[in-house]
Amino acid sequence: MSTVFIALQANEETRPIIEAIEIDNPLAVVNRQPAMVKIDAPNRLVIRKETIEEQIGREFDLQELHINLITLGGNVTEDDDSLTLSWAE
Amino acid sequence: MDMKVAKKKLGLKEKYRLMTRDLGWEPTYRAKDEVFPYVNYEGIKVHDWDKWEDPFRLTMDSYWKYQAEKERKFYAIIDAHAQNNGHLNITDARYLSALKIFLQAISPGEYAAHKGFARVGREFPGVGTQVACQMQAIDEIRHAQTQIHALSNYNKYYDGFHAFADARDRIWYTSVARSFFDDAMSAGPFEFMIAIGFSFEYVLTNLLFVPFMSGAAYNGDMATVTFGFSAQSDEARHMTLGLECIKFMLEQDPDNLPIVQGWLDKWFWRGFRVLGLVSTMMDYMLPKRVMSWREAWEIYGVENGGALFKDLARYGVRPPKGWDDAEKAIDHMSHQFMLGLYQWSFGTSFHSWIPSDEDMDWLSAKYPTTFDKYYRPRWDHIRKLAVAGTPFKNFGLAKLCQTCQLPVVFTEPDDATMSCHRETEYKGEKYHFCSDGCQHIFDNEPEKYVQAWLPMPSLFQELNGDIGAWMNWVGLRDGEDNGDYSGSRDQRNFDQWRGMATSNT
Repeated sequence: MSTVFIALQANEETRPIIEAIEIDNPLAVVNRQPAMVKIDAPNRLVIRKETIEEQIGREFDLQELHINLITLGGNVTEDDDSLTLSWAE
Repeated sequence: MDMKVAKKKLGLKEKYRLMTRDLGWEPTYRAKDEVFPYVNYEGIKVHDWDKWEDPFRLTMDSYWKYQAEKERKFYAIIDAHAQNNGHLNITDARYLSALKIFLQAISPGEYAAHKGFARVGREFPGVGTQVACQMQAIDEIRHAQTQIHALSNYNKYYDGFHAFADARDRIWYTSVARSFFDDAMSAGPFEFMIAIGFSFEYVLTNLLFVPFMSGAAYNGDMATVTFGFSAQSDEARHMTLGLECIKFMLEQDPDNLPIVQGWLDKWFWRGFRVLGLVSTMMDYMLPKRVMSWREAWEIYGVENGGALFKDLARYGVRPPKGWDDAEKAIDHMSHQFMLGLYQWSFGTSFHSWIPSDEDMDWLSAKYPTTFDKYYRPRWDHIRKLAVAGTPFKNFGLAKLCQTCQLPVVFTEPDDATMSCHRETEYKGEKYHFCSDGCQHIFDNEPEKYVQAWLPMPSLFQELNGDIGAWMNWVGLRDGEDNGDYSGSRDQRNFDQWRGMATSNT
């Protein structure tokens, strides 16, 4: 098992995104550090457009993530509906 | 009434195809080898450039949109910083030393990376690769500019910021970062991708931009947090590009594996040595600390780097050769380097200091196996000398490693009481190294590294060893920019201005 992670700036725009990630990834661990939030998960973490849209009540383009993204670890797979981070099992 | 029909939005994959792959063409009146002359000599075999995938599928139109948004956020905070006495809101002016090192050594590296990506974007034949390199070239120049712009606010009030460009070219500790980038930029396009995309982005920037920037937030420096996170938001894309490049080479041909492994070995160690500067910034230069260098290494080196190499094992890649030596150095490097900076502080365009009792207690808690045993006694001794009015100053010039250009200040991996030093003789000349890693790198490409510009020999070649002339030449004002923090103009000004800012007298 390896840890994948994503770190986002801690601000109003990312609060609902982090909530969405927690909903979609029950194994994710959220670490709050000064000015940033780092989310770790075992092997795989998925970020879903639909869940984020439910949280923020508007349409969301997954590429908007780039604005508040700090860093990530894992292989990235992205399509219109989701962004997945994973390490080979 | 006409019904308004919403235009069908292109899906991500379709848009990426149209706006990257579809922009390429086959040359007809010149052979492809003539158009892309540098892509073969490193020995990397590529059979199908279309197999290159950008996982983010970012296209230029979206790129401009999101980058503009990042810039607006950045300048909103920079303006607020300048309008609200941001230069007085930091925890302590000692913190500025970390920013000075950053500006002198790292920001010019961003500019060098910009030039490098502009070049390799031209040299790679694949369209997906060209577009990704073009974006990264623009990112890197943005980083250099936003960093210089953010820190220019401190230059109005504090010493040591004014001559960063001369410092970058001429002063001794900055040549560590400079030689890293010069080495990368004078390599072929594939090696450049490993050097910057893998070593700098994947190994270095997480450690530099993430815990250190979080530390900047902790120290009240919103300007630096903002350029740091704004830059790092691009780095996530760069790391992905670097990882993609490694996977692409390994998937294209099995013959590429030994070449790639050799570069991983080399550039891991090159990157690790540049991190010597960062370890000291984290452990000694942040008045309020989020985590120690050791703790940051556990997260971003051991855990994340380890995960990466476990993942790449499916291609036959093993962890880099210097990995074990790096692990052995973690609990020592920041202390050894700070002791070096302190004793040579006549020649640094930033201040250093003797850690306080409170700082030393923190260091022994974070480094229980090494600090009290090896480093506290040395700091205690140095403090005794300072109190007696005979401070420990070294006006000799440090012996530099021919590869990484750091002073040879480190110890043997398995014996922290023994200074580590290696030597190679090449064509009748003796060359010195700080470690096995740096010696191996030299031995593999001696003709490259015998040409290295080293700041200490240059002091004699160009200025006959005249230290005063050297200070003028590197833009260092003696008694203002250098020396101990205690008693410095930065300390006096900060204390006085902060007093004025919080009272009416």
